[in-house]
Amino acid sequence: MGYVEIRDLHKHFGDVRAVNGVNLSVEEGELLVLLGPSGCGKTTLMRMIAGLEVPTSGEIYIGGRLVDENVPPRARGIAMVFQSYALYPHKTAFENIAFPLEAMRLARESVRERVTRSAQMFGIERLLGRKPRQLSGGERQRVALARAVVRDPKLFLLDEPLSNLDAKLRAVARFELKQLQRQLGTTTIYVTHDQVEAMGLGDRIAVMDAGRIRQIGKPQEVYDDPADTFVATFLGSPPMNLIEQDPHTIVGFRPEAFLPRGVFDPGEEVVTYSLRVREVEYLGSDRLVYGYLEEEQRTDQPVIAAVPATITVPIAEGEVYEFAVPRRALRFFDRNTGRRLERAGAVRLSTT
Amino acid sequence: MALRRSAEFPVPAPAAQARRRTLADRESVLGPLLLAPALLYVILLVGVPFVLAILLSFSSAVSGGLEFSWVGFRNFQMLLSDSQFHRALQNTLRFMIVSQLLVMVLATAAAHVLDAAFVGRRLVRSLLLLPWAAPVALSSMAWVWIFDSTFSVINWTAKKLGLLQGWWYWFGDPGLATVAIITVHVWRTFPFATVVILAGMAAIPQEIKEAALMDGAGFWRRLFHVSLPMLLPVVAVAVLFGLVFTATDFSVVWLLTRGGPYNSTHVLSTLAFQRGILGASLGQGAAVAVFLLPILLVVAVLLLRVARRAEVGT
Amino acid sequence: MRARRVSRLLRRALLYAAALAFTVFAVFPFYWMLITAFKQNRDLYVGATNLQHIPWVFNETPTLQHVRLLFLNTPYLLWLRNTAFVGALVVLITLLVAVPAGYSLARLAGRWGERLGIGIFLTYLIPPTLLFLPFARVISWLGLQNSPWALVLVYPTFTVPFCTWLMMGFFRSVPRELEEQGLVDGYSRLAVIGRVVLPLATPGMLTVVIFAFTLVLQEFVYALTFISQVDRMTISLGVPVALVRGDVFYWGSLMAACFITSVPIAVVYSAFMDRFIAGLTAGAVKG
Repeated sequence: MGYVEIRDLHKHFGDVRAVNGVNLSVEEGELLVLLGPSGCGKTTLMRMIAGLEVPTSGEIYIGGRLVDENVPPRARGIAMVFQSYALYPHKTAFENIAFPLEAMRLARESVRERVTRSAQMFGIERLLGRKPRQLSGGERQRVALARAVVRDPKLFLLDEPLSNLDAKLRAVARFELKQLQRQLGTTTIYVTHDQVEAMGLGDRIAVMDAGRIRQIGKPQEVYDDPADTFVATFLGSPPMNLIEQDPHTIVGFRPEAFLPRGVFDPGEEVVTYSLRVREVEYLGSDRLVYGYLEEEQRTDQPVIAAVPATITVPIAEGEVYEFAVPRRALRFFDRNTGRRLERAGAVRLSTT
Repeated sequence: MALRRSAEFPVPAPAAQARRRTLADRESVLGPLLLAPALLYVILLVGVPFVLAILLSFSSAVSGGLEFSWVGFRNFQMLLSDSQFHRALQNTLRFMIVSQLLVMVLATAAAHVLDAAFVGRRLVRSLLLLPWAAPVALSSMAWVWIFDSTFSVINWTAKKLGLLQGWWYWFGDPGLATVAIITVHVWRTFPFATVVILAGMAAIPQEIKEAALMDGAGFWRRLFHVSLPMLLPVVAVAVLFGLVFTATDFSVVWLLTRGGPYNSTHVLSTLAFQRGILGASLGQGAAVAVFLLPILLVVAVLLLRVARRAEVGT
Repeated sequence: MRARRVSRLLRRALLYAAALAFTVFAVFPFYWMLITAFKQNRDLYVGATNLQHIPWVFNETPTLQHVRLLFLNTPYLLWLRNTAFVGALVVLITLLVAVPAGYSLARLAGRWGERLGIGIFLTYLIPPTLLFLPFARVISWLGLQNSPWALVLVYPTFTVPFCTWLMMGFFRSVPRELEEQGLVDGYSRLAVIGRVVLPLATPGMLTVVIFAFTLVLQEFVYALTFISQVDRMTISLGVPVALVRGDVFYWGSLMAACFITSVPIAVVYSAFMDRFIAGLTAGAVKG
């Protein structure tokens, strides 16, 4: 049994099914990311784990112990960091961090020692006397993390704690957060809508949509072997190309696998397509080629190719080029359900 | 700033916290518990007397004894043919409506003045609040003195400026007494309306004012086509409160005229007091006061509707 | 070009004139109170038909005799004490009752909270001029005639609804996440209210104190109904009703009393008006 076990969890708000049958097992010490668009239920799920919402049905186990409405948040051994950091405005940074310890009725000396140590961990000792309004966004985030860490909880719940930071700060903060979690070894559940963040941070990612988990797996698995079209398009920027191959099948391939035919060896197993280029975006490291497939029956399927800068083949807007995808990079999905088809499926041979 | 690698994080002493839910956690109990005293107070000391008052109006109760004899609608029938009552009802409505119409105009104008930046604006704003903030009984006495037939400073000033030929016997003449009462009502309530409207004006997004300017709208057009429509809910709230204050007012009328001269300026409140307390017939007094309820009900409904529209609008 | 400048100057002048007019209208009764309080009687009681004598200024030297009379020969100080007593108790009761109620309605009552809150506020609109009749009976039945306790009992009926509604608005403005953080940090809901929410609602509570106190000070009807004994009166009742011998008012002392009592209250009230309006709009508009 994982450190956190969730069994058939439901949360309904009237007619809205925010969480619609979730089963999840979080291993001890892992950093699991709940990834999904807004409204998918990830935050509601986390709040139920925290004890801030009562499930409509289903069970939650933390550390082997069933937690229901009789176990209030403070008794669950958790620490939570909100997107807004929720620092108490009338308390100094020190008092904010000390607040959870005071609930434990620790001696003042103990409190001071632990707060200082926690603050040192995040490099904010000199800020301890300040109030939140005197701190920058990044500093506030550190105070919130220091507060979460200070009582050595068994479970961290982090609700998009990086989304309020500037883009530059975010990458650094992400790296440090991962280091912290590895160092402490605390089981962590992390909620985000940013798939780059999820890929960078998670030991495993649970992709959610409309109250359900679509797929759980390591970042590489979820990226390379998506379980359905939702996961396929949610991860990856730009998203996976999805082409209607026939009335029953959709074939998908990632933009970075979709390159001019000439790039591949003649002997490589590829499938070729004709691409009419509509626009080319120069992004420095890549060229993003937006266009449509030129097929016999139709010319209206949009595709994107991500051509790295190292490939200098000229690509002009308005022209038609031959592009190809390695066969092993193709993924097949059922047209009606969107679910992944395991078999290789009939592959349309390239038109030359 | 990079994370520092710290020494092993110490294992804490086991948390001495309650592991299960206590009363202090149960929100479904805490909620009603915290609300109970207020609810009890309101039910016992407002709800019950309210019902009692209505019952009283159907009785011939006297304030001396405790008996309570049911007389049905007799009190109301008597009122229907009572000219003093009719006069009181008319006066209540008249004072309400006339004073608040004046307040609407004055307060909107004052709010626009205060909205502009000028030297001493802060001071003017505070001073403007004085009539509202001062206790009503005390400021009413000042007006009694100001309107005193022998010593009235208003008479003096008007006479000095050549505006007055005869003399104004403010409290001796029903018409003048009415003017006096309405003046005091307006004086008292326009500051509150001004402040509320001012707050409403501040809430109008700057972009809308600027857009109107860019669209080439002049001052009057901006006033009537942009500001006033957006201010309408706020003005409505202020005016509705003002209507309630003037409809239920007792102090101003009582202290200025005692309902005179010749009972001509009674309002429902003062008549109820005169009959019910001074005249000791509680039943009759209650019957008079009951007529305030339909007026207040209409105002309350309008208030709620405006508040809801304001909510939806934002 | 010049026309524009002239019209702007004109607009400016008009603005100042309007501001002045409004200020004069609002303030002159207070000026009148002040002047009357310090005028000698022979300067004060001059018939207004006498156009030579200017009532707007001091024609004789100002005198302290009215003020002295007020403090030494009238029950004014006694009334002040009575008012302070009633005021303090009513404020206390109001705080104890309205603050928890406001929190409960803001946070713990869900959809009911909204409706109950409006309901409670609407009771504020039930006029004293209807309730004073049954109250007269209840008070005499309880034997509280002429007692300040009658007022202590009855005044919260209008301070509590109003202040509950005020506090509702203030509690709503405390971010919900702060309370949830407190729950996760190891506190029960009750402890969170005490340690996180109340400190943040202190400005609200201060506003409640100020407004409850001014509501008490303003009240006239109930005091008039329940109290007839002069030494038990409150300021708001005693000054208009008891500073008189027979039919003749002691205008000098009366105005002195009015001025001394009104102005400090008005100043404090003004200072808190901003907070009050913020509470009003936050509670009503944001919902």
